Amino acid sequence: MMNGIIHIFLAIVMPPLLLGVIGKTKAAFAGRVGAPFLQPYHDIIRLLQKGSVFSTTTSWVFRAGPIVALATAAVAALLIPFGAHPSPISFDGDMILYAYLFALGRFFTMAAALDTGSSFEGMGSAREATYSCLAEPTLFFALITLSKLAGSYSLSGMLVNISFGVWLNNGAALLLLVGGMFIVLLAENCRIPFDDPTTHLELTMIHEVMVLDHSGPALAIIQYAAALKLFVLGAFFVHLALPYATGNSVLDWGLFIISMLELAVVIGVVESAMARLRLIRVPQLLVAAAILAAFSTLLVIR
Amino acid sequence: MSYGMKTFYNGTSFPRSEIPVPDNDTFFQGVMDAIAAGWRVCSYFGVPNAAGAMLYCVMSSRAGSGTLGIIATPVGRSFPSLATACPQLHLFEREIAEQCLVRPEGHPWFKPVRFQKPLCEGEGFWSESDGGGLLPGVMDFYRVEGDEVHEVAVGPVHAGIIEPGHFRFQCHGEEVFHLEIALGFQHRGIERVLIGGPTPRTMHLMETIAGDTTIGHGQAYCMNMGSLGGVFASPRAETVRGIALELERLANHTGDLGAISGDVGYLPTASFCGRIRGDFLNMTALLCGSRFGRGLLRPGGLGYDCDAAIAEELYKRLQAAREDLAGAVKLLWDSPSVMARLEETGTVTKEDAREIGLVGPPARACGLNRDVRRDHPFGIFRMSQIPVITATTCDVAARTLLRWLEAERSLDFIAEQIRHLPRGGYRTEMKPIAADRCAVALTEGWRGEICHVALTDAQGRFERYKIVDPSFHNWSGMVLALRNQQISDFPLCNKSFNLSYCGFDL
Repeated sequence: MMNGIIHIFLAIVMPPLLLGVIGKTKAAFAGRVGAPFLQPYHDIIRLLQKGSVFSTTTSWVFRAGPIVALATAAVAALLIPFGAHPSPISFDGDMILYAYLFALGRFFTMAAALDTGSSFEGMGSAREATYSCLAEPTLFFALITLSKLAGSYSLSGMLVNISFGVWLNNGAALLLLVGGMFIVLLAENCRIPFDDPTTHLELTMIHEVMVLDHSGPALAIIQYAAALKLFVLGAFFVHLALPYATGNSVLDWGLFIISMLELAVVIGVVESAMARLRLIRVPQLLVAAAILAAFSTLLVIR
Repeated sequence: MSYGMKTFYNGTSFPRSEIPVPDNDTFFQGVMDAIAAGWRVCSYFGVPNAAGAMLYCVMSSRAGSGTLGIIATPVGRSFPSLATACPQLHLFEREIAEQCLVRPEGHPWFKPVRFQKPLCEGEGFWSESDGGGLLPGVMDFYRVEGDEVHEVAVGPVHAGIIEPGHFRFQCHGEEVFHLEIALGFQHRGIERVLIGGPTPRTMHLMETIAGDTTIGHGQAYCMNMGSLGGVFASPRAETVRGIALELERLANHTGDLGAISGDVGYLPTASFCGRIRGDFLNMTALLCGSRFGRGLLRPGGLGYDCDAAIAEELYKRLQAAREDLAGAVKLLWDSPSVMARLEETGTVTKEDAREIGLVGPPARACGLNRDVRRDHPFGIFRMSQIPVITATTCDVAARTLLRWLEAERSLDFIAEQIRHLPRGGYRTEMKPIAADRCAVALTEGWRGEICHVALTDAQGRFERYKIVDPSFHNWSGMVLALRNQQISDFPLCNKSFNLSYCGFDL
């Protein structure tokens, strides 16, 4: 019970902090002081206090976009275990729900973007649709590999199962998965090298261009949902890459929080050390991620 | 061969009676022959009169001889367009049509340039279309038809803090078939105001033609005033002008290097260059109190002297900035992901670049060896030359690399000049300018060749003062760079050219 409350509390409170840590890391690399760690929270609160402007050409789809994006990310947050603690909701096959919750959120984001009739947002939707198709196989290969390793069809079963012992026996497969999933983590969350979340150039954006017409509370919801998505996918990745577990409940929560912050720093370092890919190169990298994950599946199934 | 033109050197003036005025056929044939022989059009403009207009063409010879040529011809309500044969004339001809109400017959792309009012009384060619004055951006745009083709319109209000300009892309998926650019939103009527000048305000107008090229345009104007008034700036003044011109180049090239890396999402160089650009701007401020060099150049010399303490401080700051810049830019070349993004993006072939008459860094990035500082030396560059850099790959990477190499040469130049400032006065008293003369001044601003042509009337007032900003030549290069490129590469191509909107719009 206590673990469930902590789980929900972390899922609600912590996501924007990851963005703050990423921003601070990038600032450090650029030789700047950077915005405070808590800046994303201030941004979201500021946006929530504003009014909204809705284009007269849009319909209910446009308004539903941010809400569905947040709702799907929130449900996904309940399905994924944090650290060594099982998730509050868990059942056989929840991994399929987990994968398609994001697809549902993405569908509504793209539909809301198309609803505005803007040519930029249409381009953004087309890019998002293409790249998310290419990112999906990686996630499923990862899920197949993990369920095979754990003999379980629920996220809690397959992710909590991973430990240093599993790494010793299946190091190669897990290493390939870590590589593939890190690429997908960056792509799904629109980070460099796939997308630049800080850019204001409407012709090059992917995710940001789809939310250009949202303002005020709707934009706040979108930003929070994006942070939550990063948090949820990050938690999945942390299970793979940093499977610390001590058996002590409190210590494990602490380890989980530290792992997530480490992940944010790593993302910040990647963003500082490399430029964006040319858009036509993005599919190649995503296909490479799928191949890495496919090989890891081969390794555990053979 | 001078193709019937009067030849002269940069920064000189001569009586208007010396300008050859042949009949139309000889004029147009001469211009075409000269272009075919490798001459380049610096300025081509009309002075409206009752019958039509007098067309003047100022051309620059091939590198080496250092000569410029000028030729003129009177035309009626129309003149034959040479744009099909000589694409570098296409914007000039449209500008003549817009300003003087004479029609270039057979122009393949007859559209407004700045949506401005003509310099003379009369009805413009496009005024009827919207039932009133011309509104910027209201014209027939080129369209590609087809089910899978889509049109993307950007601007004139942009997401970033940049000047207004309207861009229309005809796209097939992510690929750009054609880009059409409509400018004119910043038209301020500078050339119209200059008629009847100079006035004490004229220098300030020159400094604001393009705010980031204050020194470049200011220098051209000062050269014209000097040659028309028979007043020569002292060696000390010429040296400081050269230093200021190179500081302007350094500041802007540094800013561009940062902006290019920002556009590819590479933040370290972007942040460092943003600061270092400020350092260079502050060095200019050290000379005159304005970060953009306002008030430094004055006809006859300088607005402010550069004393030993300032020179010492400037030298010190320059060395510090040099180290910082080298470090920041090295990060770019050392990041494979950055280079992969820049290489083979936004290519303009050397042939195209020559045909459309590119100038400045975009031309040199295509391997065209042209630089006014060497080809038509002016001021301090007559004594001390800066080696011309060219690149061969013609892409964004070439334009980026070129900026850094030019910055290095400018740093060397300033470091050398600031330690050997000639003694003497910094300002010579201006005299009234001579009547019935023509003066031409070319300078190499950081964007490329700046051309100012002054024609004075019998009272010694400007009858016409024609300004050509390098952006006027180079916007067409931007259009070509985008052909068959990814639309997502547009911002990067745009930054690599970094053209001026207000310098074009005047």
